[in-house]
Amino acid sequence: MLAITTQVTLVMLGLALIICFIRLVKGPTLPDRIVATDLLGVLVVGVIAVLAGWSGVRATLDAAIVIALVGFLGTVAYATYVERGDPQ
Amino acid sequence: MIDIMTAILWLAGSAFALLAAVGVLRMPDVFTRMQASTKASTLGLGCLLIGAALQMGDFASFIRAASIGAFALLTTPVAGHVIARASYFADVPLWKGTVLDERKRDVAQESRDQSSRYDADTLPTNDDGRR
Repeated sequence: MLAITTQVTLVMLGLALIICFIRLVKGPTLPDRIVATDLLGVLVVGVIAVLAGWSGVRATLDAAIVIALVGFLGTVAYATYVERGDPQ
Repeated sequence: MIDIMTAILWLAGSAFALLAAVGVLRMPDVFTRMQASTKASTLGLGCLLIGAALQMGDFASFIRAASIGAFALLTTPVAGHVIARASYFADVPLWKGTVLDERKRDVAQESRDQSSRYDADTLPTNDDGRR
């Protein structure tokens, strides 16, 4: 029961990662790519949460915390560089 | 019982994540894409984390999952606001079906007010100059 659920969930999350990566490659402007990168980080945190629940290893949730923090900081930094404009 | 609840939560969460990715791919504009991304990613991640915490059934892992969920709930609107502000001021083109751009309208209104006030200010100085 849990194995089948984990497999289906991971397949759907992997599909979401692939679709998000398509937008990351295609994205016409830089903010499109920033949005795609942000969603990639959230999806990776979701994958890690599912793997932690499936395997029962508690330390993987710490990795999820770190990835969530770094993803937010990276998004804010990218947005700051976009708003500051082109370097002279 | 816990397996069934975990299955429901994980399937709902991954469905939300997949819908967010499809929205990011299919929406026509940066702002609409961001709307799909932020809302659905928050809800999907919340469902996945609650399912993981139920499956582990441990107080420490529950605290960790709750802290990740609270952090996501706090930071996702902030990140969305920052990206929206940056992309608006970087003159990213809006979707051509956009109905309302309040800031553009307000800026036009304000510049009209400024120009009229500038005329009202310049007239008395002309009077003073003539006197």
